[in-house]
Amino acid sequence: MRTLWGSTIGKKTVMAVTGLLMLAYLLVHMFANLKVFFGPEEMNGYAHWLRTLGEPLLRHGWFLWIARVVLLAAVVLHGVSAYQLSRRDIAARPVKYQHQRRQASYATRTMRWGGIILALFIVWHVLDLTTGTVNPRGQEGHPYENIVAGFQNWYANVIYSVAMLAVGLHIRHGFWSAAQTLGVTRPGAARLLKAGATLLALVITAGFLSVPIGVMTGVVN
Amino acid sequence: MNLTLRIWRQQNASADGEMRTYQVSGISPDMSFLEMLDTLNETLIERDEEPVAFDHDCREGICGACGMVINGQAHGPERTTTCQLHMRHFADGDTIDIEPWRAAAFPVVRDLVVDRSAFDRVIGAGGYITAPTGAAPEAHATPVPKPAADAAFTHAECIGCGACVAACPNGSAMLFTSAKVNHLNVLPQGAPERESRVLGMVEQMDAEGFGGCTLTGECATACPKGIPMPSIAAMNREYVRAAAKR
Ligand code: HEM
Ligand code: SF4
Ligand code: FES
Repeated sequence: MRTLWGSTIGKKTVMAVTGLLMLAYLLVHMFANLKVFFGPEEMNGYAHWLRTLGEPLLRHGWFLWIARVVLLAAVVLHGVSAYQLSRRDIAARPVKYQHQRRQASYATRTMRWGGIILALFIVWHVLDLTTGTVNPRGQEGHPYENIVAGFQNWYANVIYSVAMLAVGLHIRHGFWSAAQTLGVTRPGAARLLKAGATLLALVITAGFLSVPIGVMTGVVN
Repeated sequence: MNLTLRIWRQQNASADGEMRTYQVSGISPDMSFLEMLDTLNETLIERDEEPVAFDHDCREGICGACGMVINGQAHGPERTTTCQLHMRHFADGDTIDIEPWRAAAFPVVRDLVVDRSAFDRVIGAGGYITAPTGAAPEAHATPVPKPAADAAFTHAECIGCGACVAACPNGSAMLFTSAKVNHLNVLPQGAPERESRVLGMVEQMDAEGFGGCTLTGECATACPKGIPMPSIAAMNREYVRAAAKR
């Protein structure tokens, strides 16, 4: 573990594993959000069920707390590695070329900016729908009503939409990148992985975006 | 051909450098890029000016000594070494920008010459086998499966020119290091030191101040020997495998 955390390849491996973990979580989270289209009982009932998961082995709500701790650890490890690696990368090329050429580093640039947008979004999102601090309603146990109330505000829609586009771009490069980091070399795998990354990005972005669009158009109210 | 050259001139490692403009004429399209610079240097010497310093040796594309960034591309517009790049890929009247490799780990020594000894130290950290070799052994004494032999040959083509580092926006040496690691790690002769090799070389690579890989692919595009991107993924796997065993 010391070896891994101390090297560029090791830190990148940490990013790949935590990134894929967050990706798996996002997929489940996105599908669960679609329950909002089936009414308040369905959505709020699901939220309640989440707290009963693992009972009676776990106490009420414990499963949720375990998931939160794991996700927080993943976000922190991912973010710290990203910061440290990016600092290194910038320092390794101190002098720019005079003859600038358009480089295929679109992915890298959007990864860094996209990551920062995502980090800010995660904070806002927790304050909005977990603690309810910045939500106009913020009533515990009533996620459906909180969602509908939240997306009445234009700025909530803007913040949310920008973040979902950012997460799509991040996944599009990240999924394929993580496969390289974890050492997938089989010929032919590249095309499959890139197609898979695009599909995942589209499904997740479209799925998450459907909720505010549903509220805005009045399908969900 | 008549050309305008904008060349990075720098007296020594600690001096400030700048791009300076020169005119050359009488360039044949059959000349190599280095012969074109030789022509410039002859006129500079006649005018009592300092010739442009650049590295070169074999001029056959096999030693890895030459290398400069030409119009923002390592080794210029063709996928070859600078010595094997011919002037027919440029047009009469062109302006050509010529700069040294840029990376924190490759400090400029003078003009277009950079210090690439960081690569030597990466090799010194495991890019060899310690078995005493003596005279060349019977070729079939150690059977090597065909796929392993092919993979070793692909990676053995790396000439250590440093174009990958120069092209990478992170100044990363992952392509070079992966070529050297994979070359030996796929062969039975390299197998006994498989773990210590990858751990040692990556540790040295990091210590030299090279950046990490963000998969932009600039390195493999610039590499005159066609070392492919999956080499990096293969080294990542070797590394994690070795770190887990440690
Ligand atoms: C705290 C917010 C985040 C930040 C600051 C961040 C930043 C970054 C950066 C800068 C990279 C590129 C690293 C490199 O190429 O060297 C990256 C890669 C990646 N990110 Fe994120 N990210 C964040 C959130 C997420 C989320 C929510 C996911 C889940 C989908 C994710 C999944 C990935 C994956 C799979 C990779 C590829 C890892 C690899 O190349 O091995 N990231 N992240
Ligand atoms: S990997 Fe290619 S570009 Fe890099 S040093 Fe070897 S031959 Fe040169
Ligand atoms: S001078 Fe030997 S490769 Fe160019």
